[in-house]
Amino acid sequence: MINKLLPSAIEALADIPDGAVVAVGGFGGAGMPDDLIQALIAQGATDLTLVSNNAGQGDTGLAALLKAGRVRRILCSYPRMNGSHVFETLYRAGKIELEIVPQGNLAERLRAAGCGIGGFYTPTGFGTLLAKGKESRTIDGRNYVLEYPIHVDFALINAEEGDRWGNLVYRKTARNFAPIMAMAAHNTIASVGRVVELGELDPERVITPGIFVKHIVQRTDVAPAQQQVG
Amino acid sequence: MDKNIRNAMAARVARDIPEGAYVNLGIGLPTLVANHLPQEKDIFLHSENGVLGRWVAALPGQEDWDMINAGKEPIQPLPGVAFFHHADSFGMMRGGHLDICVLGAFQVAANGDLANWHTGAKDAIPAVGGAMDLAIGAKRIFVMMDHLGKDGQSKFLSACTYPLTGLGCVSRVYTDMATLELTDDGVLVLELIGDVTAERLQELTPVPLDFSILNLASMAKI
Repeated sequence: MINKLLPSAIEALADIPDGAVVAVGGFGGAGMPDDLIQALIAQGATDLTLVSNNAGQGDTGLAALLKAGRVRRILCSYPRMNGSHVFETLYRAGKIELEIVPQGNLAERLRAAGCGIGGFYTPTGFGTLLAKGKESRTIDGRNYVLEYPIHVDFALINAEEGDRWGNLVYRKTARNFAPIMAMAAHNTIASVGRVVELGELDPERVITPGIFVKHIVQRTDVAPAQQQVG
Repeated sequence: MDKNIRNAMAARVARDIPEGAYVNLGIGLPTLVANHLPQEKDIFLHSENGVLGRWVAALPGQEDWDMINAGKEPIQPLPGVAFFHHADSFGMMRGGHLDICVLGAFQVAANGDLANWHTGAKDAIPAVGGAMDLAIGAKRIFVMMDHLGKDGQSKFLSACTYPLTGLGCVSRVYTDMATLELTDDGVLVLELIGDVTAERLQELTPVPLDFSILNLASMAKI
């Protein structure tokens, strides 16, 4: 019998080595797997490359991971939210590398990795600073920039419900990057609000099929969902 | 900017959005447009974080932090909304499925170049979010901005001095002084706001403006 449910987040993350590429779902606070991030800090892996839309706010969650000095490099679209002071301090001190990626490129580069696409031409960013040094091409009169997939070792995501095969459904706008990060990663760990019996999820409603999921854990609250404006 | 002026700008943009349009309202000034869309008109809003349909701001005490807009503010969805993941959301933009994007800007050039992500300051931490995707992400890109910057200089220019977000992408600009349509044949002034005269607008704007539509309109009144 295959049972992807593990009793704790710390066990689910046990295999993350130093130097891993780790994608963390969430858009601001929505869909941010706070319990998995806390477990990652406790687990101790360091020299990580972090892929996430934002770079944390306040002193908890991603900001705590950064503050603990575990992240060498970050790929994100918007690290400058109100309260992103941990990132800002590290960045100004030259203690973290930053690759700014337009949000849609971040999404599509993850999707490409998950779908076995070797690269793609996108109109986003053509002629701007962020396309500098990148190959470009005109196709049918429109200008495009070549972008490459972002391959991920471990994805840490939130889902609303999951079963022991790893089938997942999400809640409202907490879905955001989770399905494509699950596809892009060799190992996806999902923190689920409710573990359900096999067959309980309507197959028509499953958003992430279990093939993309390595482990699920029952979510434990580390802090109530908080306001993250900016 | 004065609140009434901001609301008047938002109302002008809302007036020009036809029923049935799929529209992305950018962060900041453009979010005000939603307040001016008539409820009885079916206009579909798109938010980059994966929601399409109609919504209003969540009431205090009823915030659901899994239900937010691109500005990360809590919203209350109205009947008919759909959720989807980020790759689909940006596919809607890049794939040309959206009719109109309304964005804020630092600068816009007469050729439609847009600068709204970076002021070029050396010590600024770069952050682009969805700005470059939105700039190429709709059939029409509308910009809402003050006509003049804090330094009193026009933000509508012959060429942007800040780093670009998108090239030749803007088709219309709503300012607190005028509405401008950017065409291959030049910049058409569609309307003047308040007591701004054609002479005054041209004096403040370092780009030749075409007032012929206004002249036709005033001739028609006679």
